[in-house]
Amino acid sequence: MYVWTLLSGLFIVPQAFASIGNGAFADGAEVVELDADSYSAGEKLYGRCKGCHAFEYNRVGPKHCGLKGRRAGSLDGYRFSEAMKQSGIVWNVETLDRFLKSPTKVIPRTSMGYGGVKDDAERRLLVAYMLQESTSQERCADE
Amino acid sequence: MTDFSKNMINHIDTSQASRRKFLIGSGAAGLSAAAVALIGGKEALASKYKANEHGDVTILSTALGAEREAIAAYQLGAESGLLSKGVLDVAVAFQGHHKEHADVLAATITSLGGVVPAAPTQYNFPVSQLKKERDVLAFAAGLEQGAVSAYLGAVPLFDNRDLSAAAASILGDEAMHWAVLRQALGLNPVPGAFVS
Repeated sequence: MYVWTLLSGLFIVPQAFASIGNGAFADGAEVVELDADSYSAGEKLYGRCKGCHAFEYNRVGPKHCGLKGRRAGSLDGYRFSEAMKQSGIVWNVETLDRFLKSPTKVIPRTSMGYGGVKDDAERRLLVAYMLQESTSQERCADE
Repeated sequence: MTDFSKNMINHIDTSQASRRKFLIGSGAAGLSAAAVALIGGKEALASKYKANEHGDVTILSTALGAEREAIAAYQLGAESGLLSKGVLDVAVAFQGHHKEHADVLAATITSLGGVVPAAPTQYNFPVSQLKKERDVLAFAAGLEQGAVSAYLGAVPLFDNRDLSAAAASILGDEAMHWAVLRQALGLNPVPGAFVS
């Protein structure tokens, strides 16, 4: 059960996410393996991505298996925007966090017309979950 | 599925779905014209709308892709043979909504001078994981949840505020789909006061 709280009357943050998310990165750069609660919370956050993305296969958006360490726009079999292909980004904790905060500001002509995950704790947790799952042996065996 | 869920599903007016199918099948152009007027796609809009047309058309094109995928997903579910009559009727009704969304989005892209992207020839779905009705419902619920988030993320990005309003209108419809599917799965249909 997540407890929601209003901060400054403007931002709504789930407290459970906040407490988990702050510990999602060991040193601010590398993902540590998520514990069960954090994994579950990250999985729940990933639900927001499921309108366009899946780990195992390309949809409206590219698949996320193999995302960690992949150069943006380089996945075979998916038609990326030129902006994404030219971005020079390699996906890691820092780049994914920055992109998901405001995709259209980081890559102005990206096809991902999404405002971003603004809450730092939620985004940190989502990034950790995505990068961990992107190398899952079970889920991404074909990578 | 619980009896309550079945009853709720059965109470949805599927005659509306039939009407939508008729409209789409026999007069898509008329539907689009009415819908485009609703979405703000008036002639004046196209002429005054230049500032951020690439951005808005890109967002609309991505949304169109998601709507087309949802139409295909509901078709997959409808043809799976896994859905009971009441659930099938609802799936067809929801698919009809997505078709209306897709028609509106395509017409709006055109009205803004954009090029409607070609529809994919095939879609990837986790077919092997769909073995019973509940699997199909859960799959559809996931798509609808994602659609809610996607539209929520798109609403503030449109340069044209009429498009934001239209996207919010579609968001509301997707949220209702999600709630009904959650109810059918025996989950709290409205798990919180906010969507994200």
